[in-house]
Amino acid sequence: MSSIKATLRSFAPRSFGHLISTLFLVLGAWVMVFPFVWMISSSLKPTDEVYDTDFSIIPRTFKGFENYYEVLFDQPYLMFLMNSFIVCVGILIVQLITAVPAAYALAKLKFRGSTILFGTVIASLTIPINVTSIPIYVGIVQASLLDTYLAMMFPFFISVFAIFLFRQFFRSFPDSIIDAARVDGFSEIEIILRLILPSAVPAIAAFSVFSFVTHWNDLYWPLIVVTSQDKMTATLSMMQYQSDFDTDYGRTFASATVVTAPMVIAFLFARRLFIRGITMTGVKG
Amino acid sequence: MRVVSKERAQARLAYLLVLPATLLILLIYILPIVTVFGISFTDYSLVSDYYEFVGLQNYAQMLEDEAFGNALRNTLIYAGLFLPGAFIISLILAIAIQERKKFRSILEVLYFLPVTSTLAAMALVWAALMDSNQGVINLWAAALGAGPFNWLGSENLVLVSMALISLWSVIGFNMVLFLAGLTAIPVNLYEAAAIDGADHPVDKFLRVTWPMLGPTSMFVAVTSSITAFKLFDTVAILTQGGPDRSSEVFLYLTFLEGFEYFNMGYSAALSLVFLGIIFVFALIQALFVDRNVQY
Repeated sequence: MSSIKATLRSFAPRSFGHLISTLFLVLGAWVMVFPFVWMISSSLKPTDEVYDTDFSIIPRTFKGFENYYEVLFDQPYLMFLMNSFIVCVGILIVQLITAVPAAYALAKLKFRGSTILFGTVIASLTIPINVTSIPIYVGIVQASLLDTYLAMMFPFFISVFAIFLFRQFFRSFPDSIIDAARVDGFSEIEIILRLILPSAVPAIAAFSVFSFVTHWNDLYWPLIVVTSQDKMTATLSMMQYQSDFDTDYGRTFASATVVTAPMVIAFLFARRLFIRGITMTGVKG
Repeated sequence: MRVVSKERAQARLAYLLVLPATLLILLIYILPIVTVFGISFTDYSLVSDYYEFVGLQNYAQMLEDEAFGNALRNTLIYAGLFLPGAFIISLILAIAIQERKKFRSILEVLYFLPVTSTLAAMALVWAALMDSNQGVINLWAAALGAGPFNWLGSENLVLVSMALISLWSVIGFNMVLFLAGLTAIPVNLYEAAAIDGADHPVDKFLRVTWPMLGPTSMFVAVTSSITAFKLFDTVAILTQGGPDRSSEVFLYLTFLEGFEYFNMGYSAALSLVFLGIIFVFALIQALFVDRNVQY
């Protein structure tokens, strides 16, 4: 009898606590997901149903096909998505081409000035675009490059974070293997391409995800250098709705869905990589 | 002799490898930072080519500028609302989720979903949810007998609303950081603590989890503070600083001065203050946080 009581005592509060915490976890998850559910639901509705006091997730009148068709083919959303894509890919390619060799040199090669260069990289890590934006903007205006892809990409062509990250990664690559490869007649370029790069794939993949998501979601810089609809990114296009750009609310949220869908879908397909890539820096956005 | 020339060849190659990166760092970081300092001592404005050296006037102006005090106050209020939640809720979630075997990964995914989504787009959704008349949140509040609240249109509530939206977007992120920290705590520490009599969850938390989580906590606190000072997207999309400047935060004011009013000199000085704040946080991080704890 007493042993049953003891068992109950040790068990009861735990399972009660467990129940409460499950309840809160599920409720919290619902709060996290609800804006997405509401957005998708509204994107399928006619405009007068979006703010209906009698809210229901399932649309009473299904207008989803029209809403998405109009967003993608009557409004320039395919162009906005393409602009975002071009900018993100361009930034990422240049970031990798410039950061990987520099990181390898800093990690494995001896040269004068390497300490100063690495110190500069570390110091630059703390400088956000918001601080350097004025001179870079003035330079872009003077070069008549406002409203070009180059202007949208330029401040991000170098990622000091990538250099830092890849350097840490390359340093852990065993010197003995590199030395053995040198003895075997590998040139340094071959060592980078055939030994170091394959080993760095996880770090490069994680960084790529981080870079792509950051620049896809960036509002600040496009807001400064993009002046026409032709170069507008998907994220920047959301600014149009602060005025009466579109009074069809169903269509408005179809466009919001179209803008945020690429990153969310990619996340659902590569969850581990995304979580690692995005938490790598610690600073969101 | 051979060794020396080999070293030289290696150095030459190294210069070649770092050359593109070095040039870009000069163009994108060093030169602009030096120029920002320079501009901050002038009355440079993009609309006229003529400008003068004004010394520290831009910095002195901050002390008298009502908009500066207002933006600083708004940012601090917002940070005060945002930071405790960003830290405590994420920590509680991480502990609750870490104990689960079932559904752990699905919960992680659901909580992380807002982190990857485009905040500018989701801000539109939040504006609709927070609509003062027919927003879903007010409908629910009315069902509970509260409200209606003017979430984005009232001077007293707008920073609360901003903090709530930011919390929604950042909690999953901090939770994952805490989860990484929790996973790194050796299980035998809990066993040892249990032998010493700490088997109540609160005891376990105070004696093992909290001390072992120190570096992670510091990291989360510092990075969340930086995130708080960088509030921009939701303000730009939803309120443009309004109503009546009550959501005009520091970075948004800096943006307005520079790119709306074209007061480049004053904006440069403001962005250097901004950099100073970020730098203090970075310094705290460098002094206290062991980076190896992180990913």
